[in-house]
Amino acid sequence: MATVRTPAGASDTGPGQPAGPAGPAAAGLPLGGGGGGVTGARSMRRMGRAITANRKATVGVVLLALFIFVGLFPGLIAHDNPQAEIYPRSLGPSAQHWLGTTSFGQDMFAQVVWGTRPVLLIAFGVGILATVVAMLIGVAAAYLGGAWDGTLNVITDVLLVIPLFPLLIIIGSYLHGAGTAVMIAVIAATGWSYTARQLRSQALSLRTRDFLNAAKVRGERPLYIICVEIIPTMTSLLVAAFLTNALYAVLFSSSLQFIGLGNPNVTSWGTMLYWAENNEAFQTGLPLWIIVPGLCIVALGAAFALLNYAFDEIGNPALRPVKRMAITKAGAVPIPEKRRRLRVKRTG
Amino acid sequence: MSSAPGEEVLSAGPADSTATMLEVRDLSVEYLLERGTVLAVDRVSFDLAAGEFVGIVGESGCGKSTLLFAIAQLLAPPAEITGGSVIFKGRNMVGLTDSELASVRWKDLSVVMQSAMNALNPVKSIQAQFADAMRAHGVTSKAEIADRSAEVLRMVGIDPVHLGSYPHQLSGGMRQRSMIAMAMLFTPDLVIMDEPTSALDVVAQRSLMVQIKELQEKLGFAIIFVTHDMSLIRHFSDRLMVMYAGVVAEYGQTGEVFESPMHPYSIGLMEAFPSIRGPRVPLTGIPGSPPNLARIPPGCRFAPRCPKVMARCEAEPPGLYQVNGRLVRCFLHEGGRAQP
Amino acid sequence: MTDPAALPGGAPGPADNTVADNGASGGPLLRTEGLTKVFKIGSAMSKKLALHAVDDVALSIGDREIVALAGESGSGKSTIARLLAKLYKPTAGEIYFQGRPLSQIRGHRQVLRYRGDVPMVFQDPFASINPVFRVSHGIMRCLKLHRPELSAAQRHEEAERVFAAVGLTPAAEVLERFPHELSGGQRQRVGFAQALAMRPKLILADEPVSMLDVSIRIGLLNVMADLRDSQGVSIFYITHDLASARYVADRLIVMYAGQIAESAPTEEVLTRPRHPYTQLLLSAVPDPRAPLNVGAETDRGEPPKVINPTPGCRFRWRCPLAIDECQHVTPPLRELLPGHSAACHVARADAPTEAFR
Repeated sequence: MATVRTPAGASDTGPGQPAGPAGPAAAGLPLGGGGGGVTGARSMRRMGRAITANRKATVGVVLLALFIFVGLFPGLIAHDNPQAEIYPRSLGPSAQHWLGTTSFGQDMFAQVVWGTRPVLLIAFGVGILATVVAMLIGVAAAYLGGAWDGTLNVITDVLLVIPLFPLLIIIGSYLHGAGTAVMIAVIAATGWSYTARQLRSQALSLRTRDFLNAAKVRGERPLYIICVEIIPTMTSLLVAAFLTNALYAVLFSSSLQFIGLGNPNVTSWGTMLYWAENNEAFQTGLPLWIIVPGLCIVALGAAFALLNYAFDEIGNPALRPVKRMAITKAGAVPIPEKRRRLRVKRTG
Repeated sequence: MSSAPGEEVLSAGPADSTATMLEVRDLSVEYLLERGTVLAVDRVSFDLAAGEFVGIVGESGCGKSTLLFAIAQLLAPPAEITGGSVIFKGRNMVGLTDSELASVRWKDLSVVMQSAMNALNPVKSIQAQFADAMRAHGVTSKAEIADRSAEVLRMVGIDPVHLGSYPHQLSGGMRQRSMIAMAMLFTPDLVIMDEPTSALDVVAQRSLMVQIKELQEKLGFAIIFVTHDMSLIRHFSDRLMVMYAGVVAEYGQTGEVFESPMHPYSIGLMEAFPSIRGPRVPLTGIPGSPPNLARIPPGCRFAPRCPKVMARCEAEPPGLYQVNGRLVRCFLHEGGRAQP
Repeated sequence: MTDPAALPGGAPGPADNTVADNGASGGPLLRTEGLTKVFKIGSAMSKKLALHAVDDVALSIGDREIVALAGESGSGKSTIARLLAKLYKPTAGEIYFQGRPLSQIRGHRQVLRYRGDVPMVFQDPFASINPVFRVSHGIMRCLKLHRPELSAAQRHEEAERVFAAVGLTPAAEVLERFPHELSGGQRQRVGFAQALAMRPKLILADEPVSMLDVSIRIGLLNVMADLRDSQGVSIFYITHDLASARYVADRLIVMYAGQIAESAPTEEVLTRPRHPYTQLLLSAVPDPRAPLNVGAETDRGEPPKVINPTPGCRFRWRCPLAIDECQHVTPPLRELLPGHSAACHVARADAPTEAFR
């Protein structure tokens, strides 16, 4: 019979190589660290390094930061009141009016600059709201299972199937012109279903992971498990959901405003497009009135999309492009794309 | 624990063996990562004679699977062979292109993977997969494909009626056997096996090992068998290589390595297996963990965990010394170095 | 910790033939009767197939003993662990803990108490700890939930104490690490430390060493033996490896296809097995120190998935000793010798089985 005490000092301390798959199969570090016990500074630094290393992330962050800056301090950049119809109408670009004036006599540049804030508000508002709803519904459905899962799934699927834009048109026209807050609510209420599906799948795959069983066996309540144990491990997916929802918010809100269902008195890129279209901007020689707000919408959308790809790659090392290296006298050096030879893949 | 250049290699096989089929010399494999390189296999050398059964044992991270894949030329980035040669039937395989390797693959050398469920195509029947493999190597006659498929399945003890089954319809043991059957299609001279039994239960494991041994004795191919379970290989392999942290710790006749292990790691490993028979004794295992291969310490890689460590071990890496037909990488046996 | 008030002296030795140590309450610590778990499988539309994962299992675990449950995959051993941990509800039968049936344990407080008395250690060291938190997170939660009388400072002290007890030193430093910074063996020790922090009576260990390197396993097995000896905790050790069961366990239960095949003190089962399946298992275990036993290789069978079973011994297709009765009547678990039971029609009380010699 074994009655040996663990010999003193003979514990397997020291990190060393974790016993597990051979080779340096790195345990993917969770993005951003997550909840209790992680120092904010450390995870910020790690995130910073990850962003500068990835080209897509860098471009996306720079673009987004630019727009956020413009949205926060529009007065610093454009001194004119965007609504004031005080200038000569339909001027082309000049030193005083960098983009010219609209056919109402408003400074177009000021409009674009001041129009940034509502768009950003909608993007972030919908991003956060829709993600939170999707998270609660998706994760609860996966974890609680059974009848809960069935019911929540039906609700999610119904919303998923209904075409989003026509639904928004109907709701928008019913509300007779949606301001920013209403726009956020409406887009979030109809758009959460897509990401709810994704989060549910992820949560389902986590459900069989033993650390959730371990939490249950130690006596935690289901709500605690969902909030504290499951959700922090899904940070990269939640970030992706946020970015997806923000992107769609930008596009959908601008579209709604373009067809006149937004509040035309709020200056934003979408309403600029609306007024420009109504005043036949192309035909009257004011193409910038349409082009510039359109480009801004594209740029902001691209920023979110780039960040989405980038966070995928940061969060999941398996998705990163594998640089082939060659051994030279200088050490390991990346081989440029063209010279790669195709090799049979090895799994694991 | 890195070996000195040009140091000796135990010559292949039993005294009456014929040609040396495989010569691995100073084979090194590195994982080239952005944050640095990890030396997974460090200048490993050994020979293999025709019909010989060599077992490679070691724990996680020792490099045994990497070594195996390097020999089979199946490494993918970021893993790269960064040194040495693998001379199979007189031809160095390192650096050959896929088309050059195609003539060798499966005809002279085949591979059996660890988990059949991962290695077999789940949407194709066994028959289709065998046909695939045969067509890829130039066999076109349908009759010949059908005959050979049935024949190899019988060889591994599966009724050919299962040719039409899909992998998920077979039990774990049968799946592994079909993998082995597939490896036998062209009666290769060398079969490389990467832990083919670890996904199986102990009874299936035993019967598969016996099957492999029987096949080997009947068809005469050589086997390189990687496993973490030494006791499994004890009655089946001719020679045994113990790997630790990317290098060969000990290498010799299986029976001798088991009866009288020389390297402190081998000794520790032997003693870490509780016995099912014989006296019940308290055991201690080997405390600590293997070293981080991205930062290899100077000196012997096993020194931090070695119960017989000396001051010298931490400063200087030991070479591979030959003692009575056994290779041991340990200063304790330095005296046995044969004259060059 | 177990109240040592009325314990019989020491842990039972190999010669002891009692089925279980009787604790202070006069019965075994944990006992099951007719425990059955049936899963309905099949397509979502028609779940007509019944998978009998565990069928009519009667076992018992006493104080201060390690009972090993051995079987191949599909034998139902993990399901039993989850039934005992109250992760599944039994389809039929009952589990009695300290004389009280589990079905009567309801309400959050009572269930919490039971979970503190009977915690579980999981198999996969890489999946059983939440990767985003430090290692201290889990154990602090355990202490908060199960030892509410402790202050924050006392909790810290206790966490360090149990970490040291399982050999994780320096405890304070290990507590601050993340799981990915620890090796597999260390993570499993964390699992045992968490269980220990709750002052359990019985730890359910579901294959705790199967995914660890061989040289690390012994360390964990020694920790388990130490927990029994110095902390007085019983352990229910589930494994497929008979050798490790022999190393730590006082009694061994062998399962096959959802039912108990044999149950007896460890040495008894391994040296004089009464059930043919036990003997088959024994012959298949690789033992480097013994010569090759050419006995049972011809067996190519695998344990069956028990779906909609008919009566009869589930081993009959692989058993060389099967008689007519084995085809029609499910053998009950009979006590052949004091403390030694087997479920086999042809098992004899006076001699071990000769099925696979």
